[in-house]
Amino acid sequence: MTEDQSDVILEVRNLVVEFSSEDGPLRAVDGVSFAVRRGEIVGLVGESGAGKTLTSEAMLRLVRCPPGRISGEVRFRGQNLLALDEPALAGIRGKEIAMIFQNPGASLNPVFRVGDQLLEAMRLHLREPARSLRERVGEILGRVGIPSAATRARDYPHQFSGGMAQRVMIGIGISCVPSLLIADEPTTALDVTIQAQVLALLRSLARELGVAVLLVSHDLGIISQMCHRVLVMYAGRIVEEADVATIFRAPAHPYTRGLIDCLPRMDGSARLGTIAGVMPGLRSLPSGCPFHPRCPLAEPRCAEEAPKLRSAGDHHSAACLLVGT
Amino acid sequence: MTRFALSRVGQTVGVLWIVSVILFVLMRLIPGDPVLIMLGDEFTDEAYRQLRAQLGLDRSLLIQYLVWLGNILRGEFGYSYISHASVADLVFQAYVPTLWLVIASLILGTIIAIPSGIVAAMRKDSAWDYGSMGVAIVGFSMPSFWKGILLIWIFSVHLGWFPAMGYVAPWADFRESMWKLVLPAVTLGTFFAGLVARIVRSSLLEVLDLDYIKAARAKGVGQAALVYRHALANALIPVVTVIGLQFGALLGGAVLTETVFTIPGMGRLTVAAITTRDYQVVQAAILVGVLSVVLVNLLVDISYAFLNPKIRVTA
Amino acid sequence: MRTLDGLTVESPGVTVPTPAAEPGAAAGIGRWWRRFARSKGAVFGLAVFLAIVVMAVFAGVLAPYDPLTQGVGAPLEKPSLAHWAGTDSFGRDMLSRIIYGARIALIVGIVAVLLALVAGVTLGLVAGYYGGVLDAVIMRVMDALFAFPIIILAIAMMAIMGFGVTNVIIAVGVGFIAPFARVTRGDVLAVKEEPYIEAARLAGIGNLPIIFRHVLPNVLAPIIVQGALRVSGAIITEAGLSFLGLGPPPPTPVWGSMIAEGRNFIVMAPHISTIPGVALMLTVVGLNLFGDGLRDTLDPRLRR
Repeated sequence: MTEDQSDVILEVRNLVVEFSSEDGPLRAVDGVSFAVRRGEIVGLVGESGAGKTLTSEAMLRLVRCPPGRISGEVRFRGQNLLALDEPALAGIRGKEIAMIFQNPGASLNPVFRVGDQLLEAMRLHLREPARSLRERVGEILGRVGIPSAATRARDYPHQFSGGMAQRVMIGIGISCVPSLLIADEPTTALDVTIQAQVLALLRSLARELGVAVLLVSHDLGIISQMCHRVLVMYAGRIVEEADVATIFRAPAHPYTRGLIDCLPRMDGSARLGTIAGVMPGLRSLPSGCPFHPRCPLAEPRCAEEAPKLRSAGDHHSAACLLVGT
Repeated sequence: MTRFALSRVGQTVGVLWIVSVILFVLMRLIPGDPVLIMLGDEFTDEAYRQLRAQLGLDRSLLIQYLVWLGNILRGEFGYSYISHASVADLVFQAYVPTLWLVIASLILGTIIAIPSGIVAAMRKDSAWDYGSMGVAIVGFSMPSFWKGILLIWIFSVHLGWFPAMGYVAPWADFRESMWKLVLPAVTLGTFFAGLVARIVRSSLLEVLDLDYIKAARAKGVGQAALVYRHALANALIPVVTVIGLQFGALLGGAVLTETVFTIPGMGRLTVAAITTRDYQVVQAAILVGVLSVVLVNLLVDISYAFLNPKIRVTA
Repeated sequence: MRTLDGLTVESPGVTVPTPAAEPGAAAGIGRWWRRFARSKGAVFGLAVFLAIVVMAVFAGVLAPYDPLTQGVGAPLEKPSLAHWAGTDSFGRDMLSRIIYGARIALIVGIVAVLLALVAGVTLGLVAGYYGGVLDAVIMRVMDALFAFPIIILAIAMMAIMGFGVTNVIIAVGVGFIAPFARVTRGDVLAVKEEPYIEAARLAGIGNLPIIFRHVLPNVLAPIIVQGALRVSGAIITEAGLSFLGLGPPPPTPVWGSMIAEGRNFIVMAPHISTIPGVALMLTVVGLNLFGDGLRDTLDPRLRR
């Protein structure tokens, strides 16, 4: 991986998010490490409760602390975001790293006009006269596909449908042309037809502006269409990492294999698989590999030894004791 | 927005109508013959019959109600034979000092409540939070009449800083008027502040938990703007409603507070009228009190709608 | 049959699960207590309230003197070892009067709220469950009642009914009907749409059994919370009436009247007003803190 090291814009090292509880600290994110390169679309996939959202929010320190506690490193342009003070981090949020959320309708402040909320993002970060920024509002809203953008800028959030609101959020996200856009389940709350439109918009904007995207989703279908590289998350850990073709062609981790088996196939040969059991809660994490109670290939040692990510091929790694044996 | 306002006005008229029925029934339930009360000890049968007819008491209850309602709608509350004055004049004169006290307390209370509610919410579970919420709960748990007496004891009797009683109209002598208003307004204002500060705190905490606050942070909005611009604009909308809902409690508190400070307001008028069995005055005073509560609530509802884009601007 | 202990409510041939029931009443109470005990304020409030209750119940044992006997000390005596809270203008022992005063305060506060609760909850259940014209009529009357400031309504009622403890209870209680009706109706409207109510109706269970067995248990928590919070309001209202001279007639030992009497002696004998006020305030603060604790632990919508 050394040859493209210069391209890395964001590197997460050993990210941990814990919550204090009566039964001691609960680790919701447990030593997550990965990197995102310039212009790349990286998928973060896993069942709900795997810690995907927390991981993405913790990168910008959006997790409320206390009760949360974040440790590890999030290196962006040579600085550790987790060590920055709040004003310095606010200067990076929205400017260098933007984020859009799962529920677009609830992500816009109901008492402010939509255009003003877009304008606010630019005013915070761009040293340009207010007038020229105001002109850009209509331009950006048009660019994210909002019809009669100039008029709609004066409307309030409740006058927007979910899909339209997510377009506005994407507009806010790209308004300062960040290097990275974190998209947390951006289409989960939308109708299927709208989903495809919003994803297409996201992909074309990312390509045009050269914005890298960290796409968080539980939907492998979306991941397969959108991403270059995939991170699979289970019980707060990354259990497999590879480029998208490898993940679907030759998954190394039994969990990833299970996920892919759950997908319906086009050729009709589908044996719709399921993964037995449910993901363990944070309070009842099993010993050893967190997946072993559900794993069809589990061996006795899986209950004892926690596997680390290890190479499973070229640019491919998986956290499974059976890999490479 | 217009339609919303009109429907609220309609509801208000309905409520006021039911209030009038309740009040009419209450007044008929008063034991004793009003004619006898008005005539005093010595009268002739002829005078009795005449006054009875004059008051319309020989007609059916429904007619009596309609006549009564008609009079009230024209602002005719009658003449008090006991106080020898027009009832409307008596009530109006008593209403001004009460309203003055309520407004002063409302302003003072809000000025105290909003910053302390914000501080408590921002430093949730800190000494600031526990301290200000502790003071708040004591503030609205202390009965206003007792708090007034304590203030008189400390600030008038011991320290001699403020006058203990009396009322001067602000247009007669503004300085003196304000001076005498200090202790009563603190008495009632701190009660109101306690109520409102708790609401500000919980409303702000609720809003700070919402998705759009997180989204605004992700946009790079700083902590101060996040609270004062994004969160407060939303958190204060329900506070407006609470201020309206508590107007009745404020008016009730004023009735007791002015008794402590011997302010010649609605409370003193009503209690005096009850002791002299001057029921026309009692009825008019209550009606005016309820009317102001209902009207304030109407105004608050409409301003709530105005503050809330979801109602003001319909898609 | 309340359904705290299990999930089933018997009716001929049908079993309808009712949520909001907890697994085992004792375990449920134990769990509630652990949550409740986490708030120091709530526990303090409960302790203060219980202390006042003990004072009221054992007034006969605790009070050093008879509260009505005049001249047990010199008039307007300052607090001393013989008279911990001093004496009033008739030379009656203030401490004894305050202890007996707790009785009136608690009886009026609790009975008035129970009265309002029964009336308000009944109206709210009827309005919410049956809906339609009945709902509209009941709730508009409640709106009108709600517009009366409670102390003003109580003053009016006292004017009509005349003095006496019973009348004070009624006058105070009427003012608290509307809040109970509103809370109940709102929750009934929500519960009514639940599948288990539909299931009970399809099973042919009559309206009254449905209301009492399925609807009421599920709207009870917020009503209890309201009840606890309103008792303090009722006690303050009674004290206010007494302060205005419209409460239980003299020489009944009532906190409000004691505070009113002390006003005339504020320079010479400030203890007459201030000490009964402390008792009143502690009772109200205690009840409010306890009520807040109940609300935070019982009412899931308001929990944070």
